[in-house]
Amino acid sequence: MPRTALQNWAVNKRLTVALLLLWGVVSFGVPYFAVDFNLQWLGASFGFWMTAQGTLLVYLAIVVCYGLVMNHLDDEPAQESPASHE
Amino acid sequence: MSLPKKARLAMNNADREFSRQLHKVYAWYTLGVLIFIALLAWLESRGLRREWIGASFLLATIAVYATIGIFCRTTDTNEYYVAGRRIPAMYNGMAIAADWMSAASFVGLVGTLYLGGYSGFAFIVGWTGGFCLVALLIAPYLRQFGQYTIADFFAARYGGRTPRVMAAVAAIMCSFVYLVAQIYAIGLISSRLTGIAFEIGIFLGLGGVLLCSFLGGMRAVTWTQVAQYILMIIAFTVPVVWLSVKQTGSPVPHISYGQQLGKITQREEVLVRDAGEMQVREFYAQRAVQLNDKLAQPAQALALDRQNAARKIVDLKAANAPVRDIAVAERALAQLPRDEKKATALWQQSLNAAQIKAQPLSGLPRHAQPYAGNPQGTTAEKETFNTARNNFLALIFCLMLGTAGLPHVLTRYYTTSSVRQARSAASWSLFFILIMYLAIPALAVLVKYEVFQNLVGLPFDKLPVWIAQWSRVDASLVSVVDVNLDGVLQLGEITLSSDVIMLAMPEIAGLPYVIAALVAAGGLAAALSTADGLLLTMASALSHDLYYKIIAPQANAISRVTMSKVLLLIVALVAAYAAAQKPGDIVFMVTAAFSLAASIFFPALVAGIFWRGATGWGAIAGMWAGLGVTAYYMVVNQPWLRSVFAIDSPVTLWWGIQPLAAGVFGVPTGAAVLVVVSLITTRFNPHTNTLVESIRYGSSIIKTSTKAEVTAKTQKNSI
Repeated sequence: MPRTALQNWAVNKRLTVALLLLWGVVSFGVPYFAVDFNLQWLGASFGFWMTAQGTLLVYLAIVVCYGLVMNHLDDEPAQESPASHE
Repeated sequence: MSLPKKARLAMNNADREFSRQLHKVYAWYTLGVLIFIALLAWLESRGLRREWIGASFLLATIAVYATIGIFCRTTDTNEYYVAGRRIPAMYNGMAIAADWMSAASFVGLVGTLYLGGYSGFAFIVGWTGGFCLVALLIAPYLRQFGQYTIADFFAARYGGRTPRVMAAVAAIMCSFVYLVAQIYAIGLISSRLTGIAFEIGIFLGLGGVLLCSFLGGMRAVTWTQVAQYILMIIAFTVPVVWLSVKQTGSPVPHISYGQQLGKITQREEVLVRDAGEMQVREFYAQRAVQLNDKLAQPAQALALDRQNAARKIVDLKAANAPVRDIAVAERALAQLPRDEKKATALWQQSLNAAQIKAQPLSGLPRHAQPYAGNPQGTTAEKETFNTARNNFLALIFCLMLGTAGLPHVLTRYYTTSSVRQARSAASWSLFFILIMYLAIPALAVLVKYEVFQNLVGLPFDKLPVWIAQWSRVDASLVSVVDVNLDGVLQLGEITLSSDVIMLAMPEIAGLPYVIAALVAAGGLAAALSTADGLLLTMASALSHDLYYKIIAPQANAISRVTMSKVLLLIVALVAAYAAAQKPGDIVFMVTAAFSLAASIFFPALVAGIFWRGATGWGAIAGMWAGLGVTAYYMVVNQPWLRSVFAIDSPVTLWWGIQPLAAGVFGVPTGAAVLVVVSLITTRFNPHTNTLVESIRYGSSIIKTSTKAEVTAKTQKNSI
């Protein structure tokens, strides 16, 4: 197995874990502390807005970020030095 | 390492040409839709009758879907099951969005938020959050694997027939429950649009679905779903922007709804203290007490009811009352429940309704307040708060993992042309979903404002016509009763079902009828597009996984596709029959399907990709354990299922979690069992390593030839 594939897989794994952490914090942390975010934001409390709309925007950012980074990795020529993926 | 540069360039050019053609076709289509709406709006202003407007929307949209089906008809396996694997990412995104946004999203969600306030956000966060899991953990790998169904993956990864059969049966089960809900919505909308009977509406709508998926399979379904997505988004955006401009002057409802939320909060305070509202509450509180007494001794209460009704008839006859009054009294006697069991069920239902109506705001939570109860209040209030919050989180969990396990959405990723395209399609689909989802919380607030501000307080002789029209479709959808006989409509006197709020929204807000018909057509598109995807998934599971792979491996490609079409017809008819029975509690059924999908598929699917150590025995045991725990918890605790299975033991909720979110116990159990059993058994698929490697590294390393070898090997192994 050439090293680049394994390197790509390692980057993929790290990226997935990091993005899933963000996903977990936003999905479960925001509703958990919804009552405590009392800051007013666009007419509602911040907790209300975050659950209604903010969380969805974070989700979109997660999915787009993953897609862009992984597709970029796939595009790179296989012979390139492994260091560039780090 | 990918294809040689030259070949890639040529392919890119062909792809680009294909995309350009698609842009052209759909641009014309969108323009056509807009012109059609404008034309009908003009005809409405010239006095065209409402039934005709509704019927033209219904017939025109179904005609478009059927035409696409006829143009895309195919008998080729690859085209039929996975649309030839050449759908560009952006269009796949739209198709996935339409496939995934069901009647529950388009028709039900605004109503759920209207009735449930913050607690309804569990559906929004849960359904969209599941997309992250699909995009990061499943979609690219499934595409790399590149077969036809989800069961194909289970068979290749875990080896043997059992995983395939289990996955296929589970896919059929979850999809069927979901399909019945879609067909119910189809019947509801078409009967409202044209005034035809509910049952006929079901079959009319179903005709459109069948023409499409029957003739053209995945290819026709994909292009129809793109068309349906465009219609849905127009049908959603036009009224929500209109409403926002009407109420706040701003064309951006996503932001302007905040100020309306503040006004709703003020209005809620007024309504809670309103004298009329308090009378209505008092009435329902008394009725609840009466019903409780009746339920304590149902036999005597029923006998007394009969006696009273009979005496009333005698009295009326003795007093020489008009024939009409006597007929009414006789009908009342005839409509009394036949036996004790039916009476108990009926009274229990009325008791639940009365208890809700006896609460402030007729049971609607304060819209801006996250959970019931109060974290700083008394012990009981704290308890209520914690239970509400735990249930919210549990429901999110189930809906997310269920979304990532829904076969009809996952198979769509097989239709992309490459892994790259699968990743882009995931981004596009979430983007297209959010165009609608970001506006749903806003619409719920704007509708609530209309009801609180303009509907409540109207005199009964000036009620808008939509109330009567909708209660004619089904009295449980909309009803108004002047409980305190003051001739004025109180909030507590209105009953709105969550299924009807979105569809009635244009009329609630006083928009032209053409908008109401447009919203209905959008709802129909949402239901049909999901029904299409579900039907196809079930037919593939039956024909490809069970018939071809298990029963008749020698069947040739054409007979497989024919088999699939026949099965599609049968499944559709069975589902239509089930929907015609008007099964209760659609939300429960849909959510139950998500909980089941989460506990059966999610652990085995993810472990299959990310953990080489997962064995066939582990997967089988894990799927059974997940299914068992989830089904057990639902059957033991959900009222309707309890009555079906005749369970008398007391309801024992674990940590106060509602049976809807049973997956929160099923998924961890399934995952734990999978891990433990995998550790003590050995793999019976010798090609697991090769397969896992090809799925993981394939996109950047394995050449096309080796990839084909791997799949060929695994295929041989799985038969």
